[in-house]
Amino acid sequence: MARSVTTKHKVIATIAAWVVALIIFFPILYTIITSLKTEPEAIAGFNLIPSFTLESYITVQTQRDYFTPFMNSVIISVGSTILALIVAIPAAWAMAFSPTKRTKGILMWMLSTKMMPAVAVLVPIYLLFRDFGLLDSRIGLTVMLMLINLPIVVWMLYTYFREIPGEILEAARMDGAGLWQEIVHVLTPMAVPGIASTLLLNIILAWNESFWTIRLSTTNAAPLTAFIASFSSPQGLFWAKLSAASTMAIAPILILGWFSQKQLVRGLTFGAVK
Amino acid sequence: MGSITLNKVSKVFGEANVIPSIDLEINNGEFVVFVGPSGCGKSTLLRLIAGLEDVSGGQIMIDGKDVTQAAPAARGLAMVFQSYALYPHMSVRKNIAFPLKMAKMDQSAIDKKVEAAAKVLNLTDYLERKPSQLSGGQRQRVAIGRAIVREPSAFLFDEPLSNLDAALRGTMRLEISDLHNQLKTTMIYVTHDQVEAMTMADKIVVLNRGNIEQVGSPLDLYKNPRNLFVAGFIGSPHMNFVDGAYAQSKNAKMAGIRPEHLGLSKDSGLWTGTVKVAEHLGADTFLHLDVDGIGPVTARAGGEFGAHHGDRVYLTPDESKLHRFDDKGLTIRA
Repeated sequence: MARSVTTKHKVIATIAAWVVALIIFFPILYTIITSLKTEPEAIAGFNLIPSFTLESYITVQTQRDYFTPFMNSVIISVGSTILALIVAIPAAWAMAFSPTKRTKGILMWMLSTKMMPAVAVLVPIYLLFRDFGLLDSRIGLTVMLMLINLPIVVWMLYTYFREIPGEILEAARMDGAGLWQEIVHVLTPMAVPGIASTLLLNIILAWNESFWTIRLSTTNAAPLTAFIASFSSPQGLFWAKLSAASTMAIAPILILGWFSQKQLVRGLTFGAVK
Repeated sequence: MGSITLNKVSKVFGEANVIPSIDLEINNGEFVVFVGPSGCGKSTLLRLIAGLEDVSGGQIMIDGKDVTQAAPAARGLAMVFQSYALYPHMSVRKNIAFPLKMAKMDQSAIDKKVEAAAKVLNLTDYLERKPSQLSGGQRQRVAIGRAIVREPSAFLFDEPLSNLDAALRGTMRLEISDLHNQLKTTMIYVTHDQVEAMTMADKIVVLNRGNIEQVGSPLDLYKNPRNLFVAGFIGSPHMNFVDGAYAQSKNAKMAGIRPEHLGLSKDSGLWTGTVKVAEHLGADTFLHLDVDGIGPVTARAGGEFGAHHGDRVYLTPDESKLHRFDDKGLTIRA
C-alpha cells in the first residue's frame, strides 16, 4: 500500500519536473530551432520542425566578426568576477567572522542597490563613463559589471562563510595559526566549494548582462549581448540570424554551466546537510 | 608546569556583566571542573583563560607570567571543543599534526609525535581517514590527540562529551581521567553535568551567574555545601528542600535532606507520603513522593524496596545528615 503511493507520487513528481524544465528550457530550444530555419520559415509562424539549414550561421559568421565580441564577453565576465571576488572575500570574511551591530544593515543596504532599476542611474553612469573616457572600453565594462554584481557576490560568500563553524577557526588559533595561516590552511580549503560556485554563478550573470553592456559599448568592447542586439536592426528583424547569433552567444556559457552543474548545485545547497 | 591564577577577572558583553569578578587559583597538575547551569559563565571563563575572549578587567597568570594580553597560541594551552572542531578537509594525521606544523617542527619529529599520540588514543588504524569517516568517540579522541601533541601546560575542555551518547560518555569520562593520571598535566574541564564533575574532578568550581559559589573537592561540596545553590546543584537526584514548621523546629529558614539520607519504611516514620513515580534502576529505586504537609520529596530506596504508584510509605530524615540554611540561603554551621 505504502509502496504504491510512493510510486504514484514519484511518477507525478517526475512528470511535473519535466513539465517545469521544458517550460523553462523552451525559449532556448525554440531559439535553437529557429536558428536552423530559413528566414522565410522563421517569420512564417510557430513551427517546431526546421529545415535544418546552417544558412543563418554562415551568414552571421561572414557578415559579422564573432570572435571579437566572444573574447570581449570572456574578458569582461571573467575579469569582473575575479575583481569582485578580490573585493568580496575580505568583505564577507569580516562580516561573517567579526560582525558588528551594523553588519546586517550594511548587507541590506548593499542588496538594496540591486532593487533599484538600472535605468534610474543610466544618465549619471553614462556621463561618468564619458568623462573618464571609459565608454566602449573593456576596463569600463569590467568595472561596471563587477560593481553591479558585487552585492550578490558578497551575500553569497557571506552565507558560505557563515556556514563554517567559528570553533574550527578558534581551534586553529589555539593551535598557533596566525591570521594568514588560518586563511590559507583552514578557511580557504573549507570555503572552496562556496567560492567556486559564487565564481561560476557570477560569470554566468556577467555573461548574460545586457543592459549596461549594450548601452556602454559600441564596437571595440561590445560583448556577445551587443552582438545579438545588432541583429535586430532598423532594416528589419532577421529572426533566423538573430536566433543563430543568440545560440552562438549562449553556447559557451551553456557548456560551462553543464560541466559545472555538479559544483553549482553543491554550492547552492552547501551546508544543507553536514 | 601549569598553574593558573585568575585575579579579579571580569567580562562584560555589551550591557551584560557576564562575569563580575573572579579570583581563582588552579594548581599545577590539578583536574579542575567548572560546573554550573547553562548561562552561568563557565564557558566564557574558560574562553577567557584560553585567550579566545578578551578580559574586560583583571589579570590572568600562567606559571607566574601575566598572559592577560597574550594571543591564544602564546599561552601554551590546548583546547578541546564541544563540537570537536576538527579540520574537515584534513586527514586524522594532518589534524593531529597541525599544531606541530604551525610550530614549524621538522617533519620526522612531527611523524613520531603523531604516531605516539595515535597509539595512546587507539587511532593508529584511522590516521589516513577524514573526520567525516569517524564515529563521535573517535572524533573526540582526534581532538584530544591534537591537544596532547603540543605538550601544553594545561588542557582546556569545553563540554567535550555533551555530543556523545550516554554509554560513550561513560567510556570517554574514564579515558580522560586515565589520560590525566598518565600525563599529570593541569586540566580545566567545563560541564553542566554534575555527574562528570563529581567523578572526574580533583577540585570543583561551582559557578552561578558569573560568580563562584564554592570551590572544593567533590566530597567536600557534597558534604558541606556553602549555600542553597551548591546544595541543590551537587548530588543526583537533587537535595530535597523543606521549609515551614519542620525547618523552624531545626532553627532554620530552610532544611535540606538528600534522597539517600531519608529512611524508608512501610510501617512507621516521621513523615507519610504517597508514591507518585517509582524509578527502579536495579540496585537503587528512586521514589518521587508527595509527602503530607511538605510536598514533593525524592527518596532513594534499595533495589529490593518494592513500591509502586499510589503506595503509602513512611519516611524518616537522618538528622545527622541534615543541612540547615538561613534566610540568606547560607548554610548554618553547627
